[in-house]
Amino acid sequence: MSDILLRIENLRISFGKDDRRVAAVNGVSLEVGSGEVVGLVGESGSGKSLTCRSVIRLLPPGGEMTANRVLFEGVDVQSLDRDALRAHRAHNVGMIFQDPFSCLDPTKRIGEQIAETLRVNVGLDREAAKVQALSLLEDVGISSPERRYLAYPHELSGGMRQRVMIAIAVATKPKLLIADEATTALDVTTQAQILDLIVRLRREIGMSVLLVSHDFGVIAQVCDRVAVMYGGYVVEFGPVADICNRPQHPYTRALLDSIPTIESAGQRIRRDGIPGQPPSLGEIEQGCPFVNRCSYASDACRTLELSMREVGPGHTSACPVTIGSGS
Amino acid sequence: MLNYLARRVGSSVIQLLGLALLSFTLIHLVPGNPVRTMLGGRASPQQVHQVSEALGLTRPLINQFLGFLGHLLTGNFGQSFTFSQGIGSLISQRLLPSVMLILFGTLVALLIGVPLAVVGALRSDRPIDHGIRIFTTVSFAMPTFWSGLVLALIFALKLNWLPVSGYTPGFVGIVRSLTLPAIALGLSLLAVIVRTLRSSVRHVLSLEYVEAAQARGFSTPRILFKHVMRNAIMPTATVLAVNVGFLIGGTVVLEQVFQIPGLGTLLFQAVQQRDYPLVETLAVLSGAVVVLLNLSTDIMQGIVDPRVRLGGKSV
Repeated sequence: MSDILLRIENLRISFGKDDRRVAAVNGVSLEVGSGEVVGLVGESGSGKSLTCRSVIRLLPPGGEMTANRVLFEGVDVQSLDRDALRAHRAHNVGMIFQDPFSCLDPTKRIGEQIAETLRVNVGLDREAAKVQALSLLEDVGISSPERRYLAYPHELSGGMRQRVMIAIAVATKPKLLIADEATTALDVTTQAQILDLIVRLRREIGMSVLLVSHDFGVIAQVCDRVAVMYGGYVVEFGPVADICNRPQHPYTRALLDSIPTIESAGQRIRRDGIPGQPPSLGEIEQGCPFVNRCSYASDACRTLELSMREVGPGHTSACPVTIGSGS
Repeated sequence: MLNYLARRVGSSVIQLLGLALLSFTLIHLVPGNPVRTMLGGRASPQQVHQVSEALGLTRPLINQFLGFLGHLLTGNFGQSFTFSQGIGSLISQRLLPSVMLILFGTLVALLIGVPLAVVGALRSDRPIDHGIRIFTTVSFAMPTFWSGLVLALIFALKLNWLPVSGYTPGFVGIVRSLTLPAIALGLSLLAVIVRTLRSSVRHVLSLEYVEAAQARGFSTPRILFKHVMRNAIMPTATVLAVNVGFLIGGTVVLEQVFQIPGLGTLLFQAVQQRDYPLVETLAVLSGAVVVLLNLSTDIMQGIVDPRVRLGGKSV
């Protein structure tokens, strides 16, 4: 894990015009080693999707990103011209999305959609693309690929459609797979199968994975390292085992506490979750974004300059408060 | 799918029957008498009665209507009152100019409209989009006879590029004589195409699979033509089919302005002369064109979008 595939430094993403510009991502720094699975976890609106989209500069209309650096294999993604960006999207990064239905063209057979990617991005001819697409369908665990090749997206189940999306995403053997809430829309059994598939393909292709989820359980299952995001900031970053066992940021701790455990199953324990609402865009002018919901907050938190400090080997936290381990 | 087709065809037949009844009733309700128009003011009541009897106008209305239906079903359409020939041959002589005018006009509208719609969708709410909207609104607001006259004034009288009016057979002749009326007709259709297509392209562009295609590194033209257009074209095709009726109306006026011997001028003459069977037949036939076009767009929808195909088996 010595090679760093992706390094994001001080990423900011904002929306709106000039004086009414609001920041959605506030100086995120992150790195993904080659072959590593890094998780991005946080509530809706914490900026995790935007952060991973910045890697291929695919922001929603009106979004603008600045960063000290977004290095992918040593090349700053921000400096790529249009053609280089297209090549970067085509060859380096594969992406899968939350809703596998709306991500496939409803009027094209799924086999053709995989083959199209192979023809355009790999340069295979029609025949070779079809053969390759069939073997990709098999790779992602779709039985009787010959028949399914001819299916339209609406004829497949959610899990199968996500498998098709994965087949498209890994068709070019990318170095990084971005999975943006890729299992959220699926039922739990399918979710586990899709996660297994991602982990297996990562091993076979030797790619890194950036896994976005709001579900710590999913992250804990497959990730090596995890970045916890809140209000457009990374508040804690480190090895996943370390963060699960010794969460240092109060938000991470609250997030972990809100997960039901096997022990509590069947008991009538109401989990309150984290009181309050996450801040809305532009609400945080300065200080810690979590201050209003934090049980450790003091007045100093409202004005402090957020910075990551080392709390363990490779483990950093944005909170100056040191919390004892366990809860 | 067959069941669906049968239902659609069935409802088309009913629509056409209704149309036949309506056009029959309307032309008989319009003041004026074909026989008096034919014979002139000095005809004696006896003469009028004789001719009316010969033309079958003294029969009860229901019998006249049934006779008309019979003619429609057998396809010989009967005799025209004023032109001394069968309606069938009359129509087939006049068909080509009108059909060419409508096709040419639609082509003009598509050639101008599709690029404008795509540009408008890609640059929505920017100055160029507003410019396109103003242009199409003005072109829509101009009556076809007016834009036809203005075009004739500029390109025929001033620049002398094309004939002012008239119709010459042969490919070159047709293109030359129909260019100006086709542009006038196309301009009237432009707004509908641009509005519909622009909004559906915009909608499709906002869908996630477009984003997914961008994430794959596909070029904008590829995304636009291979993925967006296919999904965005259907509403426009439907609107186009509905508007063919409107285009047929447009040809009546334009053929007068440009002196083109097509079905439009024929209909105009037929109405003036109260040529009952000719008016009725023309109305039902142009209605049949609209109904058939709508039917074929429905079928086409099933071909373009597999989700519309009913009774499809899941894999």
